[in-house]
Amino acid sequence: MSTWKERLPPLGTLGPFLALLAACAFFATQTDRFLTGGNLSLVLQQVMVVGVIAIGQTLVILTAGIDLSCGMVMALGSIVMTKFAVDFGMPTFFAVACGIGVTALFGLINGLLVTRVRLPPFIVTLGTLNIAFACTQLYSHSQTVTDLPPAMTWLGSTFLIGQTDVAYGALLMLALFFLTWWALRETAAGRHVYAVGNNPEATRLTGIATHRVLLGVYVIAGAFYGVAALLSAARTGVGDPNAGQTENLDAITAVVLGGTSLFGGRGVILGSLVGALIVGVFRNGLTLMGVSSVYQILITGILVILAVAADQLSRKGGR
Amino acid sequence: MTTVVMSAKGLVKRYGQVVALDGTDFELRAGEILAVIGDNGAGKSSLIKALSGATIPDEGEIQLDGKVVHFKGPMEARRAGIETVYQDLAVAPAMSIAENLFLGREIRRPGFLGRILHMLDKKKMLEESIAHMRDLKIGIRSMTQAVETLSGGQRQGVAVARAAAFAQHVVIMDEPTAALGVKEGNMVLELIRRVRDRGLPVVLISHNMPHVFEVADRIHVARLGKRATVLNPKKVSMSDTVAVMTGALRPEDLPAGSVAL
Repeated sequence: MSTWKERLPPLGTLGPFLALLAACAFFATQTDRFLTGGNLSLVLQQVMVVGVIAIGQTLVILTAGIDLSCGMVMALGSIVMTKFAVDFGMPTFFAVACGIGVTALFGLINGLLVTRVRLPPFIVTLGTLNIAFACTQLYSHSQTVTDLPPAMTWLGSTFLIGQTDVAYGALLMLALFFLTWWALRETAAGRHVYAVGNNPEATRLTGIATHRVLLGVYVIAGAFYGVAALLSAARTGVGDPNAGQTENLDAITAVVLGGTSLFGGRGVILGSLVGALIVGVFRNGLTLMGVSSVYQILITGILVILAVAADQLSRKGGR
Repeated sequence: MTTVVMSAKGLVKRYGQVVALDGTDFELRAGEILAVIGDNGAGKSSLIKALSGATIPDEGEIQLDGKVVHFKGPMEARRAGIETVYQDLAVAPAMSIAENLFLGREIRRPGFLGRILHMLDKKKMLEESIAHMRDLKIGIRSMTQAVETLSGGQRQGVAVARAAAFAQHVVIMDEPTAALGVKEGNMVLELIRRVRDRGLPVVLISHNMPHVFEVADRIHVARLGKRATVLNPKKVSMSDTVAVMTGALRPEDLPAGSVAL
């Protein structure tokens, strides 16, 4: 019945993957150290925080929203969990739960403002971005939290596969990506996320409680930022009140590079993993080539604009 | 005597000073296509909203299969077996046809996978979609293609098929051909006939007189918040119908046999 052309994934989902392969091939020709197991594992470790934030961000963008507060909420979460553990001597598990609770609470606030007060997500999360940043600085007195319990940094530790060190946190990131991918594909709730982003009015008319879907998405996204906060603390070994500042926009970049449409309802979550890896590979490869970090930021900016332009053009072409 | 599926008596709806419905009656019989026509402000959309649960009338009562119903929202009407198709192609464009048909009514896998993991039974939904679209003779090759790849008429076909699949009693169609071209509009009209022929009565709201005369079995004429009359399209001319609708002609002055109350 269907020809091979129809069975092939559309260019929108294949494109990011090809871009990643091209980037890897390019850096492999430029520096010998790029294509080593150790370096690729390092890339994975470098992207695990951005990657987990990008999962939450993808969910929000799929509903045609955007979450500008993601990195700052993550920073607040990491300060809360590290301070609770260090200052109050709270067992790691409860401290982490409190941190994730706070980030999920911020998600709830975002979601309530979007659904009940009907404010645009851009404005709501611009507000909570600043609120979360201020809370982080006030609570931490702008001081880094040190001497974390070992259990809290366990995800940053590594184990050997062959001769390559792999971080547990990177595995957690991959697992969360696949879990979310499955849930979006195979459950009704997941399909409703797409439907809300596609045509909210039509979705509401079919009897789906669209407000509950949106609220759920923001809360779950908040919880993902909490997990990212734990990964950030584990990777750096401290609770850093200035964390999340590059991750904030890098996460959005990853989602857009991964082919998820900013207009909502279209995209594959594994694309965001590829997008995060593209950002990570560029940062890593350019560093190995000795290119200054300012140029890395420049190139990331160009990549984002190209990705959004591709999205826009493919939508026009589809009509 | 034909059976009445849905009826309303003395419906009143006021919006502040404005009286949208001024004691209108309504009667839908089994196996018919009832067109509802009227000028802007004649009260036809308020009537349809009351029937589909989108608004609650201030006075009057609605009966479905002989029982009085009070819908507090569109979901209650839907649960009672009334499905509504809207003019603005209410589908999710990037999602597949099968997904659109089952949106909000997804079938879960049996057993643990469905009950605990909430996993969808995509295969079953796909099979039922194919059977359903074949039933209505909607010629679409693949149920897994995105709705946005379809023409406007085919998209409306998906919306009509969804309503027909889940309606137990009544399908209400609000200007289903308004956004479509001539050929596409005719395709949807044919589809409306097939829905009726499968035993579901259809309420068709339309501005398009040729379309109304082509498919309707009876025509409910709304005027000034009341039901002016119900006409038989086989006995009455299009111009007389428009005259009654605008108030230029009283229903009593129509030739004998025109009225089908």
